[in-house]
Amino acid sequence: MSQAVDKIPNGPGAAAILGAGIGCAMLGILAFAAEASRPFADMLNFYNPVGPLSGKTTIAIIVWLAAWFVLSRFWKNKTVVMATVNVAAFILLGIGFLLTFPPFWAVFLGAR
Amino acid sequence: MEITTRDFFTVLHGMGFGALFMLAFSGAIVELYRISVAPTQMSAKGQQLLGLYLVAMVFLAWLTVLTGTYQIYPWYRAVPPTGVVELSEYPRRLLLSSGKTSQWHNIGMEWKEHAGWLAPIAITMAAYVTMKYRQAIVQHRNMRIAVLAFTVAAFVATGIAGSFGAFLNKYAPVKGGQVIILMEGGK
Repeated sequence: MSQAVDKIPNGPGAAAILGAGIGCAMLGILAFAAEASRPFADMLNFYNPVGPLSGKTTIAIIVWLAAWFVLSRFWKNKTVVMATVNVAAFILLGIGFLLTFPPFWAVFLGAR
Repeated sequence: MEITTRDFFTVLHGMGFGALFMLAFSGAIVELYRISVAPTQMSAKGQQLLGLYLVAMVFLAWLTVLTGTYQIYPWYRAVPPTGVVELSEYPRRLLLSSGKTSQWHNIGMEWKEHAGWLAPIAITMAAYVTMKYRQAIVQHRNMRIAVLAFTVAAFVATGIAGSFGAFLNKYAPVKGGQVIILMEGGK
């Protein structure tokens, strides 16, 4: 294994992992919010044939890439506490799954 | 033997990209698990191959969600003109027209269309970290755990989207489009 490879700090990887968690959570939050509010869903209708899904996914992707970019800039040469980053990323991923699950919407919004 | 353009794109999305992406998880998860438990056993060549394998999965993941969302979903959610009662070319309305099938849309399609998008985000991260760190990932145990966990999450999300896609295609297939004659047969 080369010395140069060994010296890569964990910051860039941590940024990618936390960024992915943020992107997943954002998708879930937007899916839930659009279900909760018809006017908000209409605002997310970026492309009519696809409807609000176009806005939810576009915004989630932009937030994911922006979060990844910003975190990468901050953590470019840093070593961060990876266990904490993992816990945060897993919680965010869990939020993403939970808020995209329609029966969970019904808990707060009533039967659809 | 003929096929319509909508059939073709549905098969391309589900079987061409989606199923191939789904199949690729078996190799990716085994390799990521292997470097997770025995990281020093991965050669430079093996690590490079794993990275390229994950990059190929990234392409498949994005092709799957983009064709699904922007090519097929508009056909699925199309609104029939006023007075149309034959709903076979309007799958969403067809499912919602009966209490026996409405939950295939309200739960199945609603979950599929959102959860499916978690997969490309997760697998893109996994591919980036694997390509970025290569063999140096042996020194980052928690990073290996995160990459493996997000890859498994992508697999679950793909499974949700794929299985509901298959069921929806049974109960309310996307139909219509231009007919392409593939082959003429004898009577």
